[in-house]
Amino acid sequence: MLAYLVRRLAGGAVTIVGVLLFLFVLFFLVATPEDVARKAVGEKAPPEVLEQWIAAHGYDKPRFWNPDDPADTMLAEHFRRMLTFDFGSSDADDVPISKRLREGAGPSLALSVPLFVLGLLIGIPLALLVAFFRETYIDRVGLVISVLLMSVSALLYIIGGQYVLGKLLRWFPISGFDPSPEVLPRFLALPLLVGLVAGLGGGIRFDRTVFVEETSKDYVRTARAKGAGEARIMLRHVLRNGLIPILTNVVLQIPFLFTGSILLESFFGIPGLGSITVDAIQANDFATLRTMVFIGSLLFVLGQILTDVSYTLADPRVRLE
Amino acid sequence: MEAHVVSNLIVAALVFGAAGLAVAIRRNRLWSEALRELARRRPIALAVVALFVVVALLESVRWRSEPEGPEAGDTVSRFEARSVVDRMFPHDFREKSYSAPLAEVEFYGGAPLAHPRSHLLGTDILGRDVLHQTLKGARVALLVGGLTSLIVIPLALFFGVTAGYFGRRIDDAFFLVSSTLMAIPGLLLLIAIIMALGRGPVQVCVALGITSWVGFARVARGESLKIRELDYVQAARALGVSEPRIIVRHVIPNLMHLVIITFVLLFSGLVLSEATLSWLGIGIDGSWGQMIDQARDELSRDPIVWWNLVAASSALFSLVLAVNLVGDAARDVLDPRTMKEHR
Repeated sequence: MLAYLVRRLAGGAVTIVGVLLFLFVLFFLVATPEDVARKAVGEKAPPEVLEQWIAAHGYDKPRFWNPDDPADTMLAEHFRRMLTFDFGSSDADDVPISKRLREGAGPSLALSVPLFVLGLLIGIPLALLVAFFRETYIDRVGLVISVLLMSVSALLYIIGGQYVLGKLLRWFPISGFDPSPEVLPRFLALPLLVGLVAGLGGGIRFDRTVFVEETSKDYVRTARAKGAGEARIMLRHVLRNGLIPILTNVVLQIPFLFTGSILLESFFGIPGLGSITVDAIQANDFATLRTMVFIGSLLFVLGQILTDVSYTLADPRVRLE
Repeated sequence: MEAHVVSNLIVAALVFGAAGLAVAIRRNRLWSEALRELARRRPIALAVVALFVVVALLESVRWRSEPEGPEAGDTVSRFEARSVVDRMFPHDFREKSYSAPLAEVEFYGGAPLAHPRSHLLGTDILGRDVLHQTLKGARVALLVGGLTSLIVIPLALFFGVTAGYFGRRIDDAFFLVSSTLMAIPGLLLLIAIIMALGRGPVQVCVALGITSWVGFARVARGESLKIRELDYVQAARALGVSEPRIIVRHVIPNLMHLVIITFVLLFSGLVLSEATLSWLGIGIDGSWGQMIDQARDELSRDPIVWWNLVAASSALFSLVLAVNLVGDAARDVLDPRTMKEHR
């Protein structure tokens, strides 16, 4: 077990190094610091101002190789900053990025955790129900509805929800955020509802396939031969076995809870990490974008290792190799 | 070369490619039967897809002609290359601002229109005809979905098959690159690439390509790992058939059903991603996503301007739905085993 864990962690570390190299290529070679500086200080700024901006943000080092001090290059600086979580300050307004991240994590979690839990509690039973009625009209109608739900752009769900439920019916505030516990649910209700509906179609389709695949396995036939009712088969046998692949898929989504839903957050004015990303796009704030990509990948890699480990614990058929 | 000439050449290449493909399908019994079965199962969805393809092709064929319209009009647009779709509308088919569908006067203020009762879907804030804009959007959608998949699938097939078939070092390198790209959350990766490359249609397609090849390449790798061990491949190798020839004759044909299914499923995902990017301000000009994005502000007006949003989103919805339905049917027709879906 320990050897397995160590090997998985080493693999994860290699991936993280790959991500950092990829980010370096994107943000230091493809889009050079000179480009970023140009955008930040304006097209007409004199060269001295440009140089000054580059020096102030620490982008004036040699890229790969410094004959005087091999550790003093931009590549080394990039790795050092990211790996020590010392992200520096924003390219747009010089606010420390780590301060932004701390402020944004709370609102992001406030939206994404309930969304995640409710999505599971609603999606899995519905998928099981559709799979129970497989090869009948209910199954076909269920599938058609989930394909319909999947085909609508997320933008339309958001705009439609804000317009109908927020503006016409006045059930919810159209957008906004307030961390005090009495008013928070009012603000979160509409984004939650929209997020749930938008994610339901794809979720049901995936889970249904898993359950239907399970029903053609031998143990189901055995259970049926013993005289177990169809409902008992579904709840006791198919649900339990089907949960393994579904939960794998679910655990992989946990890291995204932190980075939040970019669209939902910025549409509903929730000041989370998703909104920070959108602001960074609008402001050409490459330092913040870099950091968000790094953190997203780091969480993903950790989540993946966690999944693999929990998978081996949950499913005795999986051997540690 | 000028942009519209390139566009025409691409259309010609696509039409020739499609004709060649049609001939190849007619000759192959398996594929022509699958196609017939698909047409039997989903006639309407296929027709809808075909309609969008035709509109997009018509919008891509452009040429310049003698300056049209009144001298006093917009002098630049009089000399622009115009597509077949543009030519279906009168040249000066514009108003000054919003007009409701088939209205006689302007929506706000009630000034008389230049073309009363003729804008079937009304006009947008700049007075452009919404029906015209929506038809033009079909080209962007097919460009994003179709052209990106056409670039992505051969590349993914190449890398996936090479990694799976040859294994060892190549497979290790492939695994490293693909797991790096997969570790970055999709939308963030898209944003990062577009921001680094700069905004524009080609950049968006490249970014979508980089983010979407990994999934299919991994499937292709897994399949070719299996096929490599099959008896007839071993037999071919024992007979001294060269490796490239084995790949072309035995491995790739066995992956073709996966290629078709991936293409269809990738397509709708790409079109929806572009809509999201448009909302973030880094999409492609003239797309339906951009029309939906603009419509956001229009809903807060009173009385509301709804036709813009309705036109763009129903076009987007019907294309994606039709493609999804065709994709589901194609999977059933081409793959007897139910393949595992990816969320």
